[in-house]
Amino acid sequence: MKHLLASSLALALSVSGLASAQTTVFTQGRVVTNTDQGVLDNASVVVRDGVIVEVGTNVTIPADATVIDAQGGWITPGLFHPYTQLGLIEVGLENSTHDDVADEADFTAAIDVADGFNPASNHIASTRLEGITRIAVAPSTGPAIIGGRGALANTSGTPDSLFASRRFMYVDVSSSGAGTAGGSRVAAWTFLRAAIEDSRFYPGRFMAHHEGDAIDRYDAAALVLAARGEIALLLRVNRASDIRRALTFKRDYPAIRLILIGAAEAWMVADELAAAHIPVIMDPLDNLPSSFDALATRLDGAAILHTAGVQLAYTNSDAYFNPRLLPQNAGNAVAHGASWNDAFRAITLTPAEIYGVGDQYGALVPGYVGDVVIWDGDPLEVMSAPTHVMIDGALQVMDSRQTRLAARYSQIRPNSDYAYQHEAAHAARAESNAN
Amino acid sequence: MIKHAWPWTSALGAVLMLTACDVTPDTSSHSETSSGDTDVVRYDANPYPSTYHPLPSQTVFITNATIFDGIGGEMAGGSILLENGRIAAIGTDLSAPEGVEIIDANGQFITPGVVDIHSHLGVYASPGVSAHSDGNEVTSPVTAEVWAEHGVWPQDPGFDSALAGGVTTLHVLPGSANLFGGRGVTLRNVPSRTVQGMKFPDAPYTLKMACGENPKRVYGGRGQAPGSRMGNVAGYRQAWQRAVEYRRSWNEYWDKAEAGEDANPPTRDFELDTLMGVLDGEILVQMHCYRADEMAQILDMSQEFGYKVTTFHHAVEAYKIPDLLAEAGTCAAVWADWGGFKMEAFDSIRENLPLLHAGGACAMIHSDDANGIQRLNQEVAKALSDGRRLGLEISDGEAVRWFTSNPAKALGIFDETGSLEVGKRADLVIWSGHPFSTYSTAQDVFIDGALVYDAEDPSRQTVRDFMIGQPGEGAN
Repeated sequence: MKHLLASSLALALSVSGLASAQTTVFTQGRVVTNTDQGVLDNASVVVRDGVIVEVGTNVTIPADATVIDAQGGWITPGLFHPYTQLGLIEVGLENSTHDDVADEADFTAAIDVADGFNPASNHIASTRLEGITRIAVAPSTGPAIIGGRGALANTSGTPDSLFASRRFMYVDVSSSGAGTAGGSRVAAWTFLRAAIEDSRFYPGRFMAHHEGDAIDRYDAAALVLAARGEIALLLRVNRASDIRRALTFKRDYPAIRLILIGAAEAWMVADELAAAHIPVIMDPLDNLPSSFDALATRLDGAAILHTAGVQLAYTNSDAYFNPRLLPQNAGNAVAHGASWNDAFRAITLTPAEIYGVGDQYGALVPGYVGDVVIWDGDPLEVMSAPTHVMIDGALQVMDSRQTRLAARYSQIRPNSDYAYQHEAAHAARAESNAN
Repeated sequence: MIKHAWPWTSALGAVLMLTACDVTPDTSSHSETSSGDTDVVRYDANPYPSTYHPLPSQTVFITNATIFDGIGGEMAGGSILLENGRIAAIGTDLSAPEGVEIIDANGQFITPGVVDIHSHLGVYASPGVSAHSDGNEVTSPVTAEVWAEHGVWPQDPGFDSALAGGVTTLHVLPGSANLFGGRGVTLRNVPSRTVQGMKFPDAPYTLKMACGENPKRVYGGRGQAPGSRMGNVAGYRQAWQRAVEYRRSWNEYWDKAEAGEDANPPTRDFELDTLMGVLDGEILVQMHCYRADEMAQILDMSQEFGYKVTTFHHAVEAYKIPDLLAEAGTCAAVWADWGGFKMEAFDSIRENLPLLHAGGACAMIHSDDANGIQRLNQEVAKALSDGRRLGLEISDGEAVRWFTSNPAKALGIFDETGSLEVGKRADLVIWSGHPFSTYSTAQDVFIDGALVYDAEDPSRQTVRDFMIGQPGEGAN
């Protein structure tokens, strides 16, 4: 019992102590600024009170600063994953652990993932360890093609990690949305237009009764923010013809801030998307004709979109357990023609810009939030990994349930019961992380 | 009635004297070849034989490469000679024979062709429409009588993408809905109008089995057995016991018939034919199993009925029992970092593969996925780097085993492929850079010495029928 108390206390102290750290300086690294400054070799980043204050090859190191030597590794902004369901799903096949979808709910647009988000999810910790510091959290669609409102969070796991709720509205008009809408994409678009019309005339249309043509009053009150462009509308589409229909939709409703997700065949519509300034979130590794919506997908689709000037962020296929693999997808985009800078921005600054927070996250610039990752190599190489992760100026404990399981079973002893081997090892790790 | 040599005794034999990953043919076992007595009833165990023929090849000399031989070695400045579809020479001091084609692979890397021991290409083909769902016979929990090869669609565009990822051999399995899912088939990754034209000649048959959540969920959900892990094990045991009795009745019949006594052959049962092949050591058990405690139960069961589990697939908790696996000579085929999708996958850790390797078990990567199969080299790279961070000392050359020789051994085809050794099939990949770099891609892929994929030459890239005339034709 004594051991238990001591180690818990050590962990608590280390975390809270770090959270209030004054100044941290990361030195001797290859600094990816994500600005016109480009990449700076043998450079440093100074973070004070949670904010980046200096970046360069000749910074001032305060006497009381915590100095972390990157030892020639890479220093980058924290990664920003533009589409996850972290904190909403713990075990895929266990419905009791899901808060991403409510198939039998009465509400659509009014649904707000912030009400279900659990920052203590195991998977958030393992995501953090891989250098992803910011995430968008999206609902799935339930009874209708409008899934509800998504949020932005950091991956610190702390109770206040959700920093922007009701940030975007998620709508699915791909073939899966067509099924939801009643059997065809025709029905999906009809529903979407009717719902937008309901919301545009909110509250007037709902003075006499609470029902609209497609959605009810409470949902219309939520959707109207997307209709007015106050929050983004994240639209799932894959087939080129659906993407063109989305372009028409955007012309019909110019106020709507459209973001396309999925976008398997977007490369075929690249110039039009660039001209219309519609951002796209896609998986560069989604190259199989997995459905009749995606017969044209290809590994160099991302490169084609970048070349056309589309504002492009990357996602990957697993939204709740392996969002952490995002840098691998970015690296593969490079292997198939994207520039390193475009690919790295597609998992850092570009997602932040798409969600309207590119002035705070995704770059190493004085004034930006102190999300910094130290890597032991090129972050887009599969063999690289972070050695340090800082969120909001706080160095994170590089520990997760997974790393602790690995530690427990790293030595197999025939007659060991294993189950007692937790506290001492944990305390030692927490301490070494704190130092 | 066909009278024929009982099949399980073909040259491949493929029996189980397993040390680590080795599956070596045991020609001494169960020899039932023709007794000369044409009245003895025997069935052809290979009624859908391979018609695979290597594509035309030339003699090729590849030089100046860093070569990973797939059995632990790494050779800088290496050369390799491909002749008559086989590896004729490999080394650092070779010179090109007169008049042969020479490929200067300066700065590039060579590995054996990638072998994936767990694929559903063809049985869950792209596009993933309901008509393409041919991988699970979800009508009964024991369907050892179905064969994956009867569901493989050789026009699955996923084969083309896998080839561009360096995959030269793949093992296509039925799914995991059933306790006994049916037979798997090992394929050469070549274009063919027929499945038979892809079948790896003389590769042993395999039997897919499944532990845990899937069978009990699928059937329990219908109010049918199995509805629990208890029911799973009861279901296996009942089937194995029937197989033991079936095998006994055939052996009794053959003994009598061969001695010239009056005897009636037992009624043929296709399900039990497969299980009998396992008991005879000629069909390799490839079992989907996640949890450590369940794998331990299954190993006990294999002892109870006298068969071998060749490989546990997925095996996300195998890192908890490397000692038990090593002792049993059972391999584990795993992902680098997948997990979480169900409770039995919740304890996934990134160091599973390297911890198994370090613990003396035979370990390998697998994909189980039409996307993942395209980058098994990267999956291995991740597992290797995570193992090294844990302090395990594993060379690059050792880790190359995880996508080459180890799966070849667990499929019983290591005498033919899975390593770059003189005399073996010339199955290899020339990578643009180190195969453990995200930025490297397969430049040239050879199968039996034939250039079947060239990243620089669209005319040397396969396009399955389905993609002809589609907007994505010819693009990977």
